[in-house]
Amino acid sequence: MREISLHLLDIAENSAAAQSRNIRIEVYENLQTDLLSVSVTDDGRGMTKEIAQQVLDPFYTTRTTRKVGLGIPLLKLAAEMAEGGLSLVTEAGKGTKVEAGFRHSHIDRMPLGDLAVTFLALLVSHPHIHWVFIYQVTGKDGRSDDFNFDDVELKAVLGDASMTEPEILKFVRGMFEEGIEALALQTVN
Amino acid sequence: MPAIKSLEELKRVREEALQKKQMKAAAGNIQVIVAMGTCGIAAGARDTMKSVLSFIETNNLSGVTVTQTGCIGMCEQEPILQVVVGEQAKVVYGKVNAEVAEQIMKQHVQNGMPVKDYVLPI
Repeated sequence: MREISLHLLDIAENSAAAQSRNIRIEVYENLQTDLLSVSVTDDGRGMTKEIAQQVLDPFYTTRTTRKVGLGIPLLKLAAEMAEGGLSLVTEAGKGTKVEAGFRHSHIDRMPLGDLAVTFLALLVSHPHIHWVFIYQVTGKDGRSDDFNFDDVELKAVLGDASMTEPEILKFVRGMFEEGIEALALQTVN
Repeated sequence: MPAIKSLEELKRVREEALQKKQMKAAAGNIQVIVAMGTCGIAAGARDTMKSVLSFIETNNLSGVTVTQTGCIGMCEQEPILQVVVGEQAKVVYGKVNAEVAEQIMKQHVQNGMPVKDYVLPI
């Protein structure tokens, strides 16, 4: 995968498949500490210690359709290539948190990529999950700006209207693109 | 910064969408399903999904549900996209990049004719 936002989509799909009701994606870009950290936290079925160990092994998977699972090992490798690492905190019956850190300025750090599309794809294709998306950028001067999305308000207004109706889709996409692009611009300076 | 700036705007958008949907409901519901396993995402499923969503938006296409599924065991055919029109049998497509997705949206979802070249024999 070529973007961190694609890894986030992949890890969040794991969370959705683990029967989570609430999934939270956080992205922190800190230019002052030179750290990029991303995490996906869910309240899905979680894993036992034994399975959590195996998950880091590229030849482990829970899927039954094929024998190799690669999602978490791929993200771990991407993080390690940029002087970072991956942590997996999980408890059976409680949920899972996958967190990856990268040195922001590292030459081998994958680009963050299109966060807005990742968020949009997850939100529309899993309407029954409660999503929280947080993207925060901290500049070299230590000042922070963030994009905070909690779908509660949006879903309260929408009621039974589908998120894939064109007008609604346009509204939500516009909201993600606008909010995220404004912040992403600050990381180039 | 809270992401939703204008709840009033959203309410208005919702009313418009519901009115339009009522007029179109007779055509029956159409489901578009994008495979989003690790294999699908690595092969470009997010671009496929983006293309489906932007087709709906730019063509003002009402009554289409877009959803996802995991790996269905044909990783070499990813990105995989499935179309279900009303009560008809599911059509499964393979190697659906953004351009092919647009073609499927136009020809199959909008006009009811499957894009034969990309249908997987299942």
